[in-house]
Amino acid sequence: MKPIYLDNAATTPLDEEVLDEMMRFFKQDYGNASSIHRLGQRAREAVEKAREIIAGFLNCSPSEIVFTGSATESDNLAILGVRKGHIITTNIEHPAVFNACSHLEKMGFEVDFCPVSKLGIVEVEEIKKKIKENTVLVSVMYANNEIGAIQPILELGEFLKDKDIYFHTDAVQAVNFLDCDVKKLNVDLMTLSAHKIYGPKGIGALYVKQGVELNPVLFGGPQEKGLRPGTENVPLIVGFGKAIELIEKHKKNIPFIKKLRDKLIDSILIQIPNSELNGSKEQRLPNNVNVSFKGAEGEAIVIALDQKGIACSTGSACSSGSLEPSHVLSALGNKGHGSLRLTLGRNNTEKEIDKVLEILPEVIKDLRKVSGHS
Amino acid sequence: MKYYSKKVLNHFLKPKHLGKIKNPDGTGSTQNLKCGDVMKIYIKVEKDKIKDIKFETLGCAHAIASSDLICDLALGKTIAQAKKIKFKQVLKELGDMPPQKIHCTSLAEYALKEAIKDYENKSAHLV
Repeated sequence: MKPIYLDNAATTPLDEEVLDEMMRFFKQDYGNASSIHRLGQRAREAVEKAREIIAGFLNCSPSEIVFTGSATESDNLAILGVRKGHIITTNIEHPAVFNACSHLEKMGFEVDFCPVSKLGIVEVEEIKKKIKENTVLVSVMYANNEIGAIQPILELGEFLKDKDIYFHTDAVQAVNFLDCDVKKLNVDLMTLSAHKIYGPKGIGALYVKQGVELNPVLFGGPQEKGLRPGTENVPLIVGFGKAIELIEKHKKNIPFIKKLRDKLIDSILIQIPNSELNGSKEQRLPNNVNVSFKGAEGEAIVIALDQKGIACSTGSACSSGSLEPSHVLSALGNKGHGSLRLTLGRNNTEKEIDKVLEILPEVIKDLRKVSGHS
Repeated sequence: MKYYSKKVLNHFLKPKHLGKIKNPDGTGSTQNLKCGDVMKIYIKVEKDKIKDIKFETLGCAHAIASSDLICDLALGKTIAQAKKIKFKQVLKELGDMPPQKIHCTSLAEYALKEAIKDYENKSAHLV
């Protein structure tokens, strides 16, 4: 039986069209994009075409796109590459930003981690209050990966645009659904990933606005203007470009995904007593559901659902190597012991959602029996 | 290493010793404050032997499987034998598990020990 895949915030399946586009660069046109023979030049052409597609999507110049090995690398480059000074971020960032900032803090930099509201959204005023004379960077994610909370990037960009402070946003979870026009948003740095948008794993990008001064984190050859040395991963870059190109085509499905999300949220909260939604219902990605259940632990729910053919995630402490509960749920004041994340994608059907709504209440009931909460 | 063995899955999906015992002779309760898991073990003792044992656990699959398995190990044992049950036996029976899950098995050992302690305290009063 085909699994019901509800873990699209973790990764998305590779689109067939993306795979087809990439194959040529694995098989025939395998040249190094820096080589001057025709094989190399064909690879170069393909890399630059992908760069143009992504630049078009972000409304920037192709020269402002830097390809990296992952969104983690892009985030690290944005955080660690900026000149020394005070940094402001939030306490719900992805570990790629959060831990890079913590590292700088340990190295003696000043870092402020802004708290968020109970709904998981940072207040613009909170950020404003933290600005200091030596602030060099503000990094706030566009939408949170665990609870889908959409952050006020437009307002922050508007506020920061005239200041001598760089504004970075990790837009990895937002790309499928939200407007990523960097000019409209007034961002200086934006992180993107291919594998969250039906592209391949192992490729990311960082938008670096013209004039932004950034130091590399890796050192080597002159690729990507020296900001990310290493031979360009041509097939993956081509796949990334194609995945971005396909986003527009799929935007018409967003209302349907949102409808399925609301059906999931509303039905779960009605059908399952002692369940609660984590994060804002309104300022939320159209594909994200994150709920907590009293008397049922998150990882146990995930494993039980997996046995019934449903693939999803949890922010539970038990699933992390450190036994620490999710920092995002902790930031909302929730211990996260029973949290379940269901993230929808292009391929989900209403029938699948009905099936989940049939199975999930049973799973919770069973686990509550085990915990003595029934 | 697999995230969970077949044995963990079996004990998690079909626990044999799930539930409460009415008027237990001993109850042991323990919580891991870090991960939030809560385990409760109930025992019924007859002629110094564990005649019945049940558990209730709020926790992950490994915690539930460990609770069920320690009940398996303790059932029918004398109190002296049951006291000697170590988490390493639970671990061995359940098979490989990731390092962060090993504490689930020691949580089970602790809950059993607490239940036995509770039984001994109660019976000491009776004497």
